[in-house]
Amino acid sequence: MVHMCTVVPISLTVGANRIVPTVAIPHPLGNPSLSREDEKKLRRKLVEKALNALQTEVTGQTVFE
Amino acid sequence: MTIRIVHYINQFFAGIGGEEKADHKPEVREGAVGPGIAFQQAFGEEAKIVATVICGDSYFNENMAAATDEVIGMIEKNKPDLVLCGPAFNAGRYGIACGAVAEAVVDRLGVPVVSGMYPENPGVDLYKKSAYIIETSNSAAGMRKAVAPMARLALKLARGEEIGSPEEEGYIPRGIRQNQFASERGSKRAVEMLIKKLKGEEYTTEYPMPVFDRVTPGAAIKDIKKAKIALVSSGGPVPKGNPDRIESSSASKFGKYSLQGIDDLNPENSETAHGGYDPVYANEDLDRVLPVDVLKEMEREGEIGSLHEYWYATVGNGTSVANAKRFAAEIAKDLLAAGVDGVILTST
Repeated sequence: MVHMCTVVPISLTVGANRIVPTVAIPHPLGNPSLSREDEKKLRRKLVEKALNALQTEVTGQTVFE
Repeated sequence: MTIRIVHYINQFFAGIGGEEKADHKPEVREGAVGPGIAFQQAFGEEAKIVATVICGDSYFNENMAAATDEVIGMIEKNKPDLVLCGPAFNAGRYGIACGAVAEAVVDRLGVPVVSGMYPENPGVDLYKKSAYIIETSNSAAGMRKAVAPMARLALKLARGEEIGSPEEEGYIPRGIRQNQFASERGSKRAVEMLIKKLKGEEYTTEYPMPVFDRVTPGAAIKDIKKAKIALVSSGGPVPKGNPDRIESSSASKFGKYSLQGIDDLNPENSETAHGGYDPVYANEDLDRVLPVDVLKEMEREGEIGSLHEYWYATVGNGTSVANAKRFAAEIAKDLLAAGVDGVILTST
């Protein structure tokens, strides 16, 4: 499991082991100030980062910056 | 003047019977019954158990409102200065009955109550704010150990004495803050604590954090191009109209929704149920909370094996850890049954 969230300290407190920091609380996987196209590119990058985290062996809580 | 005490117990401790008698209707008996005898000994001359109200656990839990009224009526007639409930140890229905009676006694009669329960008894979380619940062991074998602190606290309350901290008195913390005077100012106390912490010495925090459990990290996915990935979210992403009516805060449930025929989330097919954050951006384009568009694209391109047909959603806003744990267990079971290899959990 990979946790994608904006407030990383909460994720660390509740015990997620793979954490990918995201954009903002109301739009973790988007940025309304970008064009739709650029926003989707940003989202794809974040999702790729999450998938990469799932493929990475970890021994404890790890934040994938 | 002797302190008047009424004791509430269930059918089992009254010696009426076990599960087969759990539908026993409320009755009142004069004096101490069952565990009340040990309490009476602990009270000595100072207090007297004038009556014992007995009710079957199933009867109480299945007829909560009516049973509470009946029991309270019986208690009130005996004009108590204090009411004892249980102890219920780890018996769930008994704990809930003790807690409900305690809450009603405090609210309706304005009489203090002492109960006793094992910390994991569901009655604790529900009623610890209403009454003092002494921490007990998980079975009736701990009766002797429960009686002393319950009796001590009962006498203190009935005398109108000041009640000490949970550690001093042995009750489960009620989550009620109390002002107190400290000899040193906060900054000094904090620095002293920090120094102790740095030295590796013991210190007592003034603001304990809730305890969260830890899990061993899952193994890495070896071949992502063959892996089945699922989406789970606490950001409240639901189909348009929120069909399961997931609450905008303190969620009591989660939803499971099909992605069949959906390549993109948009204002026509989806919205967020989450309160507490500005929902405008999520409602404009819910892919911002649940990246369905990108994952469907990657599934088509063969970048992942597949995207699990369902997504799971709840609202994280103010939701209790106990509920969240239950949702997680149920969702995980479903994911395992569907052969999911990896999960992306998104939170707002």
